[in-house]
Amino acid sequence: MAGRTLYDKIWQAHVVREEPGQPSLIYIDRHLIHEGTSPQAFAGLKTAGRKVRRPELTFAVMDHSVSTKNRLLPVVDADARGQFEALERNCAESGVHLFDMHSKNQGIVHIIGPELGITQPGQTIVCGDSHTSTHGAFGALAFGIGTSEIEHVLATQCLTQFGSKTMKVDFQGKRPRGVTAKDMILAVIGKIGIAGGTGYVFEYTGEAVRGLSMEGRMTMCNMSIEGGARAGMVAPDETTFKYLEGRAFVPRGKEFEERVAFWKTLPTDADAKYDDTLTILASELAPMVTWGTNPGMVTQVSERVPDPASFKDAVDREAATRALTYMDLKPGTLIEDIPLDRVFIGSCTNSRLEDLRLAAKVVAGKHVSKSLKQALVVPGSRAVKVEAEAEGLDKIFVAAGFEWRDAGCSMCIGMNDDVLLSGERSASTSNRNFEGRQGKGSRTHLVSPMMAAAAAIEGHFVDIRKWSAAEGAE
Amino acid sequence: MEPFIKHTGVVAPIDRVNVDTDQMVPKQFLKLLTREGFGRVLFYDWRYMPGEKPNPEFVLNFPRYKGASVCLARANFGCGSSREHAPWAILDYGFHAILAPSYADIFYNNCFKNGILPVTLTNAQIDELFARTEKNVGYTVTVDLEKQVVTDGLGLSYAFEIDPFRRDCLLKGLDDIGLTLVHEAKISAFEEKNHRHPVMYEAVDVKFHSETPTAARHN
Repeated sequence: MAGRTLYDKIWQAHVVREEPGQPSLIYIDRHLIHEGTSPQAFAGLKTAGRKVRRPELTFAVMDHSVSTKNRLLPVVDADARGQFEALERNCAESGVHLFDMHSKNQGIVHIIGPELGITQPGQTIVCGDSHTSTHGAFGALAFGIGTSEIEHVLATQCLTQFGSKTMKVDFQGKRPRGVTAKDMILAVIGKIGIAGGTGYVFEYTGEAVRGLSMEGRMTMCNMSIEGGARAGMVAPDETTFKYLEGRAFVPRGKEFEERVAFWKTLPTDADAKYDDTLTILASELAPMVTWGTNPGMVTQVSERVPDPASFKDAVDREAATRALTYMDLKPGTLIEDIPLDRVFIGSCTNSRLEDLRLAAKVVAGKHVSKSLKQALVVPGSRAVKVEAEAEGLDKIFVAAGFEWRDAGCSMCIGMNDDVLLSGERSASTSNRNFEGRQGKGSRTHLVSPMMAAAAAIEGHFVDIRKWSAAEGAE
Repeated sequence: MEPFIKHTGVVAPIDRVNVDTDQMVPKQFLKLLTREGFGRVLFYDWRYMPGEKPNPEFVLNFPRYKGASVCLARANFGCGSSREHAPWAILDYGFHAILAPSYADIFYNNCFKNGILPVTLTNAQIDELFARTEKNVGYTVTVDLEKQVVTDGLGLSYAFEIDPFRRDCLLKGLDDIGLTLVHEAKISAFEEKNHRHPVMYEAVDVKFHSETPTAARHN
């Protein structure tokens, strides 16, 4: 038999039915839901008189619209309250486990799945959120779905899916100091563009990927969708097993050993073929900053805002011109000269303990620039928050002039009251710099947590490699 | 789901690449609990000025595109967020078909779940359609799914490819879930053979009610 990729192995193990010329029926191991995209799915089920087939395989959490301030106060946003009440009601009626906004395990859906060990290698995982690709860091096939598909999974625990092509994204060599997983994935998207991965599942390989922690791997996989790929994956290894051992939903003792033995069969076979390969020299990477209105509009921190005239393709030229107008940036401006209004450290991309540690190290003993209106740290989950506080990270951030908040999606999407005002500019560790993403008229620059932290101190971007607190080298 | 067989309508051009679903339905409208009524907010930030006054510079507000029901778009249409609110808004606004050189995966899928036909044409064909839309006020095309062709009554005729299974589902307006439940026995058999229950080996999900979240102290 020909060698198989990690993707092939998981796909084939989950085929319930396949017929030539039709999409396959794929079994879904874990289904994650949140208040934002699930109410219409439950309503659809009810209208059709259908039930949730396997409620114990679905986990719900409140994350998108929750306040990151005092959650014991009443929810004043009536629409958000409606979402919370709908999710509570739907979970109670169907028997789905809900981590509500008062749960100690509450957090962003893509943070708590791995943290609780709900996410495991070899699984198929879906969620009505495009950043479900995060879970691929464990060697799972995980992707975002629409609300109709949520309804389909609730009713059948399956999805009808066409297979994807596979692209090996190979990082050769080691990453330099000051370069994180965030910079690695931004470099990929900068290279292939935001549609470069359409129709593909990425598998990240190579020395620099192996050298990443699970947190870093999650950051990379998280932004696969920003390169157009519905899913990104990293083959499980000792780093994966060590992370998972002892987590709430991970088996113990002999059963864990058995599970590990199975997980070890998942990595891509040596003779397997990918449909495409992208090779990146990790040693040539640098901290990245986006300058435009999608994550592919990105450059190294030492560079300048590009001149639209420098783009060969007419479409790119026009898009860049439009983006610079929206971002109020002049071609040729040094990235380091861009002044900021707010800094956001958080989101399903970069709000795990490692991210907060790296950022805290940068700001320790320093203070946020007076020119800044706000600097915000929003832990990805309450568990991250508790761990960070146990290490005293909260005190470091607060002493430096940051606000230390409760867990949620927060300013990445601005569905609660954490938003940019029109015309304001942010350095953000989140994943999307689309027009209006962080609030109408908002101008977002995507960066790593270290870069965001340093930018907060200086009030503009700085090259973190010049700072002694920069970590990232292996 | 309403079947899609053939549709004739006025074309409205959205002449931008990489239109993301955040633009189609901004986040503040993701808190609604139904699938209806999103047409009003389609392209909200582009379409309206403060006070929800129509922005006269946005193409959908041009009188000549009033009542348009075919959306002409550029590459990577619908990228970004998985929100199905985007195709709900497209449909509720009145668009039944989209013509573009390429789509983002999740959005493309979501269209089919809502009876919207996303037609993929070549860049050159899309360019020609933009030119004709610009030139002819009230420019109208017919999108025929049965024959897999886009025509305009002015001699233009573009055949298009589409997956036969997706085509069949749209033509018949088939209910996806109903289709899958036909294979219930196979799903049960798969579960018998493969399924593992998720076991919580350590009790989690204690409530925070009893204590004040530390966040409150700083705000």
